[in-house]
Amino acid sequence: MTEPQITLYRLQACPYCERVVRVLNEFGLEYRSRYVEPMHSERNVVKRVSGARSVPAIVDRETGVTMSESANIVEYLEGTYGEGGA
Amino acid sequence: MPDFDVVSLPETDHVAEDDTAPDFTRPLVNEEYWEDRALGEVVDGPTLLVFHPMDGAFQGTYLYNTIDDHGWADDLDVLGLSISSPYAHKRLLAERGEGVRIFSDPGAGVIEEYGVAHDIDGMTGITESRPAVFLLDGDRTVEYAWIASEHPEFPDADAIDDAIGRLVD
Repeated sequence: MTEPQITLYRLQACPYCERVVRVLNEFGLEYRSRYVEPMHSERNVVKRVSGARSVPAIVDRETGVTMSESANIVEYLEGTYGEGGA
Repeated sequence: MPDFDVVSLPETDHVAEDDTAPDFTRPLVNEEYWEDRALGEVVDGPTLLVFHPMDGAFQGTYLYNTIDDHGWADDLDVLGLSISSPYAHKRLLAERGEGVRIFSDPGAGVIEEYGVAHDIDGMTGITESRPAVFLLDGDRTVEYAWIASEHPEFPDADAIDDAIGRLVD
């Protein structure tokens, strides 16, 4: 198993996370899912990686980008990997 | 010894010494998150793979206490596996199993493949794991194997200590 380019920190059944997954799949991007707990206090790993405890959060090794907030992530993915993206 | 017969478990064709431990992919839980991981990708040196009954059963609790008391996770990678959910594994790891990671196999497919399944009386629809311990080298060759043959039964911690000592400097 090769290391996927994108790591997605997600919460089971979180609609904002599913929104990001839909876009990842749309662009055929390889990603690995790391599931965390519903309790914010249990999400130190996300805080360490992204600076906040919110999910979704992604780490894109190709570009070195780490990002939270689904709207921002979707915008980033569309801008980077969508039609007309870099 | 009790003055009654302890339940014997039937003979089983299980993964044994000198076999290559079968590869599988399941969610692997640490203290912070879980993600799909393949055993073959996780094993990169001596590894203790411990199958145990579902989280909360006293057999699992004893096994993790033994792992902690002997400090095995300081000597090599220790991986647990049970039918419990990742959420249950996280609760277990908050209490014990310092440095241990645990695979979640709710459908018991891995447990069946390793030949350590146990259809537990009075819990219809649940396939349990027998307690079982496999010491693997970095190529997933089984250097030491123990599978419970009674219900309940606990592994010989000194024998595991010795086997680890033979594999790890």
